[in-house]
Amino acid sequence: MKRNVLPGLPLSLGITLFYVGLIVVLPLAALVFKAASLGPAEYWAIVSSPRAVASYRVTVLSALVATAFNLVFGLALAWVLVRYRFPGRRIVDAIVDLPFALPTAVAGIALTTLFASNGWFGSLLAPLGIKVAYTPLGIMVAMCFTSLPFIVRTVQPVLEDLDPALEEAAQSLGGSDRAIFLRVILPLLMPALLAGLSLSFARSLGEFGAIIFIAGNQPMETEITALLAFIRLEEYDYQAAAAIASVLLITAFLMLAATNLLQARALRYTARS
Amino acid sequence: MKIRLDQVVKTFDTFRAVHGVSLDIESGQLVALLGPSGSGKTTILRMVAGLEYADGGHIYFGDQDATDIPVRDRGVGFVFQHYALFPHMTVAENIAFGMKVSKTKRSKPEIATRVDELLRLVKLEGLDDRFPGQISGGQRQRVALARALAVDPKVLLLDEPFGALDANVRRDLRRWLREIHDELGITTLFVTHDQEEALDLADRVVILDQGRIVQEGTPAEVCRAPNSAFVMQFLGDANRISATVRDGQAYIGETVVDAPTSLDGPIDIYLRPGDVDWRPEGDGIPATVIRVLDRPGGRRVLANVEGGTALEFDVAPEMAVRSGQVGKLSIKRSRLYPA
Repeated sequence: MKRNVLPGLPLSLGITLFYVGLIVVLPLAALVFKAASLGPAEYWAIVSSPRAVASYRVTVLSALVATAFNLVFGLALAWVLVRYRFPGRRIVDAIVDLPFALPTAVAGIALTTLFASNGWFGSLLAPLGIKVAYTPLGIMVAMCFTSLPFIVRTVQPVLEDLDPALEEAAQSLGGSDRAIFLRVILPLLMPALLAGLSLSFARSLGEFGAIIFIAGNQPMETEITALLAFIRLEEYDYQAAAAIASVLLITAFLMLAATNLLQARALRYTARS
Repeated sequence: MKIRLDQVVKTFDTFRAVHGVSLDIESGQLVALLGPSGSGKTTILRMVAGLEYADGGHIYFGDQDATDIPVRDRGVGFVFQHYALFPHMTVAENIAFGMKVSKTKRSKPEIATRVDELLRLVKLEGLDDRFPGQISGGQRQRVALARALAVDPKVLLLDEPFGALDANVRRDLRRWLREIHDELGITTLFVTHDQEEALDLADRVVILDQGRIVQEGTPAEVCRAPNSAFVMQFLGDANRISATVRDGQAYIGETVVDAPTSLDGPIDIYLRPGDVDWRPEGDGIPATVIRVLDRPGGRRVLANVEGGTALEFDVAPEMAVRSGQVGKLSIKRSRLYPA
């Protein structure tokens, strides 16, 4: 048998599985268990109530917009950080991680202050008729802020490994910049982009702290699903809270499964015959 | 397509990689740029391709000044040292890439026919739907060549084409590249640091050192008449013996030999390992055998001549030589350069 560097497989497998069970599976199982203690009719009534459906709509739509924005901006940021050498590059590189490190509530309060109608940005946007704070737009801004690092940090290492000779080869074969980006660079970045995208989207779905300060939290309009679950919790209606949370859980799970599938497809070429 | 370089200069930051290089390459020739690392050979190749811009001078393709034409419009086929195949495309897709992105539109069946044709040319039929990660290094090299040829380039440029391959694969591919060149008649320029490769393959060899051309000519010309000690040493194993010339006689320590040269004063005598005869006794330069290395085609003897100069020479396989033995060396041919 081959000797591995890590201590014996049974031991390391046992420890990791134990921790995954303890930290991840157990709380989720408790959630599902609680939700399942409702009858099917009752469960359905809670998760399909107009207020809940409105919260799904605003959460998912905002998460989609935020992820799409981060996809473009995050890719551009990763590109600039990898391909160009400019003064302050390392500082920008470090700042990218800030949303990870900052307590999300602090981010939410800062964003609210900036985008309130008397804030720095808000006062500039108000004359144009654009309101950010206390609207779905505010939710998107908060989601963008907290999920940006995911795309940058997944794409960056892949871009760093991308051999510049590939672009030169494509150029020497007569490819236009557009053709090279679409046919060579983008397909090679696709697995990383998908990974970043799914993480960014999942984080946006579940984001709470940064959003509740800026959203205004009007039921039916700017109330996110995570907040609705929290409100039910405050009302000691644990079953309803679990039911609503289970919808988020299922959505996140389906989305991660789908992107994993897409990723496997995009990585087809690495399979050995 | 004839290529002409006229006083081409390239500087990276503060380092001058190429110093005013001028070179004419006749249409249909296969030319090697040979030099040690840092000699500027790859930079010259990349400037001909348009992957690097010349800081001074001009590059002509035929009568057209191509100096400022960007690489994508220059019509060159470039084979990269590590092939630079697109890893996410199959062999067939890699070869078809240039035709797909070209401004001249081709129909799908047209492209497929051409891909098949090229696969046959590079002897890779049946591998069309493999990915580059699934084929061997030699096969990748041939895909890279097929991909470069697919766009009907006017000039074919290869950067260390066999550098990353095993010795045996190398020899086969070398012969095969020569065949393809003779079949297509396309002007080809390749870079190598391997003298054997350059001499075996090329019609003409251009030897570079520190960003300058030091000698160019046919393999016979550069082998028979290396114009400097650098070329002599770079092209193959060479021994150097210091001597002094006076009145057509070279004084090597105590020994005097004829020196057919107009030089006078201190010189270096350069000898190939096959340029000397070894005799256990008789006339000649006395030498002591240090070690004998047995090789498939003969025996290589490491010896010290008087004064401590180390020397390597070859003797026939059946010659009995052992370390510690003292004998005489006579010079059959040599080249003299001023010291």
